[in-house]
Amino acid sequence: MSNHHENIATAHDHHDHGGMDKKGIWRVFFILLALTALEFLIALGFVHHWGILQKGILVNVIYIALTLVKAFYIVAYFMHLKFEKSGFIVCVSIGFIFIVYFIVLMLIEGDYLLYHLQEHPLFPNN
Amino acid sequence: MSTTTVSQLDKVKDGPWSGGKSPWNLEYGKIMMWFFLVSDAFTFSAFLIYYGAQKFAQPTWIDADKIFQSIPGIAESGQPLVFVGIMTFILIMSSVTMVLAVDAGHRNRKDEVVKWMLWTILGGLAFVGCQAIEWTHLHHQGFWFGRNPATGLEGDAVAEALAPYFTKDISYTAALQFSNLFFTITGFHGFHVSIGILLNVIVLSMTLNNTFERRGTYLMVEKVGLYWHFVDLVWVFVFTFFYLI
Repeated sequence: MSNHHENIATAHDHHDHGGMDKKGIWRVFFILLALTALEFLIALGFVHHWGILQKGILVNVIYIALTLVKAFYIVAYFMHLKFEKSGFIVCVSIGFIFIVYFIVLMLIEGDYLLYHLQEHPLFPNN
Repeated sequence: MSTTTVSQLDKVKDGPWSGGKSPWNLEYGKIMMWFFLVSDAFTFSAFLIYYGAQKFAQPTWIDADKIFQSIPGIAESGQPLVFVGIMTFILIMSSVTMVLAVDAGHRNRKDEVVKWMLWTILGGLAFVGCQAIEWTHLHHQGFWFGRNPATGLEGDAVAEALAPYFTKDISYTAALQFSNLFFTITGFHGFHVSIGILLNVIVLSMTLNNTFERRGTYLMVEKVGLYWHFVDLVWVFVFTFFYLI
């Protein structure tokens, strides 16, 4: 078992740290910080204070896109997934196809409830 | 002729999955941590997707700018997003100190691992503290599991109690669903952060006990690091869906 550990540890050192030295870590940090700052600029600046943009589908799509980019940087660099074997990357990420399907299903369901439950006042909505 | 055939067969058996080597080149515990995190991601996805479905099913929803607008100790109202911005910054920062601890572990530098783990734990505690303040604030306003500020009121008082939190139409059900889901999802996330702090403390004490130095590898730091980054990842999504949208 300890032998196995050593094998992994030494094999790790050979192809590891692809771009994740201290400089790389801080680079990813500043990317995450900049993306978060951009979200705040849109939410506080453009929407809340200046009123250039309205709350709605457009800003929501921007927020979700920025969130997914942040998620990519965290998973790929901080969690080191980008530097693992491709078989492993596929193995942990393929299941999320079902999550995409689940999102589509549940939002369609929610939309259905909006138009069909409101007609029949089963719940006290007001 | 026969010799070339044999050598070709040997070549076929040279791949990563032909046995004799670790095809993913990852240690068992690390793979299991990844698989746990994938399953945990499904749980959080289910929570957040349900939140989205509820939002779609209601004709109106709580306005995040109106419900989260205090900075504890500084401003009671009128400052949307600032406090949660501080919380987000704390969590990203503690994620960075965690990567730095993992990096120090790769170089077998015990003193650096201890230093960065301490910063990570401090960041985690600060985040949980901020969340406790946020929960207390909302609880004082009347939000809680199964309760919103208008619970127990009747007639016009319902709309009056809920008016400060809505921009468009006012809905008792929407406020109730928001309240339930906010406390459930941020509570589940806060529970994960608390477990993460506990794991970090355990790994820190193992580092101080020279356990990893004797083992010759700081892989355990990497494993709790994966968990810690996952908690940060979940917060990125919670932040977007509860505070921005």
